[in-house]
Amino acid sequence: MSMGSDMYRQQILDHYRNPRNYGDIENPTFSHVGHNTSCGDEIEFDVMLADDGETVDAVAFSGDGCAISQAAASMLSTELPGMTLDEIRALDRDDILDLLGVEVTPMRVKCAVLAEKVVQDGAKIYEGELETAETTTE
Amino acid sequence: MSAPESEDAPFDVAALREDFPILEREVGEGTPLVYFDNAATTQTPNRVIDIFGEYYRGYNSNVHRGIHHLSQEASIAYEEAHDRMAEFIGASGGREEMIFTKNTTEAVNLVAYAWGLNELGEGDEVVLTEMEHHASLVTWQQIAKRTGAEVKYIRIDDDGRLDMDHAAELIGPDTAMVSVVHVSNVLGTVNPVEKLAGMAHEQDAYIFVDAAQSVPNRPVDVEELDADFLAFSGHKMAGPTGIGCLYGKKAILEDMEPFLYGGEMIEKVTFEDATWNELPWKYEAGTPLIAEGIALAEAADYVDDIGIERIQAHEERVTQYAYEQLDAIDGVEIYGPPLGEDRAGLVAFNIEGVHAHDLSSILNDYGVAVRAGDHCTQPLHDALGVSASARASFYLYNTREEVDTLVEGVEAARDIFQQ
Repeated sequence: MSMGSDMYRQQILDHYRNPRNYGDIENPTFSHVGHNTSCGDEIEFDVMLADDGETVDAVAFSGDGCAISQAAASMLSTELPGMTLDEIRALDRDDILDLLGVEVTPMRVKCAVLAEKVVQDGAKIYEGELETAETTTE
Repeated sequence: MSAPESEDAPFDVAALREDFPILEREVGEGTPLVYFDNAATTQTPNRVIDIFGEYYRGYNSNVHRGIHHLSQEASIAYEEAHDRMAEFIGASGGREEMIFTKNTTEAVNLVAYAWGLNELGEGDEVVLTEMEHHASLVTWQQIAKRTGAEVKYIRIDDDGRLDMDHAAELIGPDTAMVSVVHVSNVLGTVNPVEKLAGMAHEQDAYIFVDAAQSVPNRPVDVEELDADFLAFSGHKMAGPTGIGCLYGKKAILEDMEPFLYGGEMIEKVTFEDATWNELPWKYEAGTPLIAEGIALAEAADYVDDIGIERIQAHEERVTQYAYEQLDAIDGVEIYGPPLGEDRAGLVAFNIEGVHAHDLSSILNDYGVAVRAGDHCTQPLHDALGVSASARASFYLYNTREEVDTLVEGVEAARDIFQQ
């Protein structure tokens, strides 16, 4: 059985304390915010696309919440540049859990996947396939 | 720093714990459960659980329907449960002043829909507090939107007590309802409900008391408080889930419109119209929660057999110990009033640099169950300037040794995040 303490390995704590790509992008191609209603985690991603209109050039995120949600956002932010919107939309739960590299306890999976869902919903809204709404995970 | 249960304890906790088989279980290999989430729900003693077997094996039947033997037995037990719960909170009107609901939330909604929707309008004001649970905050907020009434919030001061000067400013001639939480589920503050009731009544307003966190652990007398309505839940007082209570003054309940329509709540029905059953059945449409209601009365007996004052004294003892131990940890911030008469049996806190959810995950390794989040009080957490907190809440079966385990876990969490 996985232990809660096992989640807080060095890489998680490092990204939590020193989040990469933290902040805002001026005039991003799109921006999207999401909440984890049970924790109160909040994450906003700004995404700037390259001239081809489909490849991520730069991202920035800001937010507030538990170590798992914030570390996941930070780690994801380092992976996104160079990915296409299609590739982002093809990401699944296991991708983000692999990225975290720790065994996330079942009650905390929703914290781990928030960042991924925010970016994916942002991409869908940008491509006109989702009504503008805030992303939430319960 | 271990603090053994001393001889001055209000009762023999070890003996009482035997009534709760769940407290014996482990939540990990070699990790005994430390259950500190009692403000969310309390554990259930054997004799309350046994009611379900007795009822379903012995006299399961619909109430107030048949004239057969089983229905008569079930009806009498269910009706007497109302009398018992009325007695438990000092309602001299008995069953006529005691409505069984699903929980406290439904009780607030019952009054908000049955009274609020019909009586509130533009120019009316509903006065709440900043420490309301979403159960009443969201309910009155939405009813106010539909009726044009305005909601006002009594401020809390830096210690987490109500600003009573602000209350005096807000409760005025336009106030129609004052809806207050008796004991805050986050701050632990015990609010001066009797005083607020006097202020409301001076303005011919009603007072609704959310007593979900007070009825389980301290003497509550609706007539001493002069509450017009008072609500609480069974599952927070050693009773089952699915059953709650709404007390209302008889004269008000007689005048009020029903909340839910259907069977049981009617007296006479034609194709054109219907008249309403007598109290309290007018407010209990459909087949009610029969076994749950009977089991709740058993929970009240259980609590009274121990003694509510002794439960309160025990909780204060454990809370004081927890407060002092947590307060001594570097970086821990505790919310709510300092220890004293107006503080109930829970401690909500944060450790600097550790989110409450991370703390809770680490505490789980120690078997410690606490609540982490906004505890259904998002506006209060906004006022406190935090997005979440961890809350340890105690009941009659908790011990100071268990608090030591909590403290050990909190220190471990701090160390992990400080490394």
